[in-house]
Amino acid sequence: MIEVKGISKSYGPTLAVDNVSFEVHRGEIVGFLGPNGAGKSTSMKVITGYLAPDRGTVSIDGNDILEAPIAARSRLGYLPESTPLYEDMGVLDYLDFMGRMHNVPAERRRGRIDELVDICDLGRMAHKDIGELSKGYRQRVGLAQALVSDPPVLVLDEPTSGLDPAQIVEIRALIREIAREKAILLSTHILPEAQNVCDRILIISQGRLVGEGTPGELLSMAAGGEQYTVTFKGRAGAELRGALERLPRVSDVSLLSEEGGSRFRLKAEGGADLNEKLFDLAVSQGAKLLELNKTATTLESVFLQLTGTSASGDALHSVQGHDAPAAAEQQSGAAAAEQAKEAGDE
Amino acid sequence: MSKIAAVWRREFRQFWLSPVAYIVICVFLVISTWLFMKGFFIVNDASMDQLFGLIPWFFLFLLPALTMRQWAEEQASGTIELLMTQPVSEREVVWGKYLSTVTLLAVILILTVPLTLTVSALSQNGLDGGVVFANYLGAFLLGSAFLAIGGWISSFTRNQIIAFILSIAVIFGLIIVGESMVTIFIGKGASWLVPALEYIGLRQHYGSMQRGVIDTRDLFYYVSVIWLFLYLTTRAVESRRWS
Repeated sequence: MIEVKGISKSYGPTLAVDNVSFEVHRGEIVGFLGPNGAGKSTSMKVITGYLAPDRGTVSIDGNDILEAPIAARSRLGYLPESTPLYEDMGVLDYLDFMGRMHNVPAERRRGRIDELVDICDLGRMAHKDIGELSKGYRQRVGLAQALVSDPPVLVLDEPTSGLDPAQIVEIRALIREIAREKAILLSTHILPEAQNVCDRILIISQGRLVGEGTPGELLSMAAGGEQYTVTFKGRAGAELRGALERLPRVSDVSLLSEEGGSRFRLKAEGGADLNEKLFDLAVSQGAKLLELNKTATTLESVFLQLTGTSASGDALHSVQGHDAPAAAEQQSGAAAAEQAKEAGDE
Repeated sequence: MSKIAAVWRREFRQFWLSPVAYIVICVFLVISTWLFMKGFFIVNDASMDQLFGLIPWFFLFLLPALTMRQWAEEQASGTIELLMTQPVSEREVVWGKYLSTVTLLAVILILTVPLTLTVSALSQNGLDGGVVFANYLGAFLLGSAFLAIGGWISSFTRNQIIAFILSIAVIFGLIIVGESMVTIFIGKGASWLVPALEYIGLRQHYGSMQRGVIDTRDLFYYVSVIWLFLYLTTRAVESRRWS
């Protein structure tokens, strides 16, 4: 339904999106994941036809976004970043206007808007002005607006940004509910969100696609599987090391320290469970097991590995509450891209 | 067409929801009627010349107030992104927005009709209907040209104050290039420029309609100015995609 072929877009000298290609099919929710300033919003602006790409093509349900813009956009619902809305319009008025823009005939418009007020749980706010609404309700109005023509393709830029945890759960449930018949592309910088909501994840960093796959596939992409940290007491580190290396399906054994016991880190190949084997090893070697700790690979570590910057890792934790206006994002986006590049070089 | 109507409807309602329409109408009617009546009894002549002579200057300051938010507000709040990703062409949005301001201009002019009727009742032979019609048509076309220019300038900025002041400056410039005070000076150096400047001047064509003459050349002039600036606005909005 969404076909993106080799799009690039630069703002002046800054390359914001670099040769990105992917497809989103009907019934699929695809997550666009990346640190701030990675080019998510720019990509979405290009996909929805708000910006023309420097190179590459986008087609929505078979209609090229530049060659047949009206046909393409009439099959598209879009929720831009930070949810711009006409503040001084009433909620119902606004949805009615968007319905008119999509040529929803008058007799169906009324019913469709009632339905959306119901789906998006806007009942109590329906007669208020948009300017009076809280962030959560604005987000719902934005979502209702994108759905007004019941389009087959939805592009949602950070649909849960700035919401409280309860609202996030509701909006996610809503997205999953409407996803069955549609192709949905949503961007996020929150990893659990991508993991929970999306069928497939695209990881973008510095304007490039650096990873793609289902959440499961991405997890297995992370090298080495599970990691164990073990501490033995009573035997010398060097001897234990040899014994550990002889265990089947163990690799990358490293001695971390020998203070108060020998502390090792090792990797299990193919997700093998080593708990019992490590315990048996301690018994057979006549050592005492002080610590046995298993760290599963998380999407977070995959993400950090793929985007290759610790700076973006920090961003991941600190961005939950961000709701900068789109304009500011564009400027700071360029700056962030620069920063990320510098961090990568170091 | 239905998209133009949808945009027109939203924009026109906007004028009344935010009280811009009421304020502009009240200020225009109060000040124009006051200034008109002040001279009316002194001159002791039942004619509308006074009012229609002042109208270009009222419009110069009032109509940019209607157009300043047209694009600037959408650009500042980001709603432009939503609007331009709807299945609607740039031209339809530009026309819808423009026609909403023209409709409000028509409302303002219609509200001066009672004043015209009063003057007509006070005069001995009544007013010349043809002249009054030419006056109104002239004011409507002049105002429509101002609105097209103001809309174009609003498309450059996200700051409404800048759009307002700059619109006044540009319209003022386009008025005075055709005035004799300017053309006399220019005529000394480059006399061949004078007819061109007189043709460009926004008020020259209004002047002949004020005398009751409806000339197709004047109509053509205003329609061309409006068409030109709407075209430029459309291009300005389109060019955003390629920025």
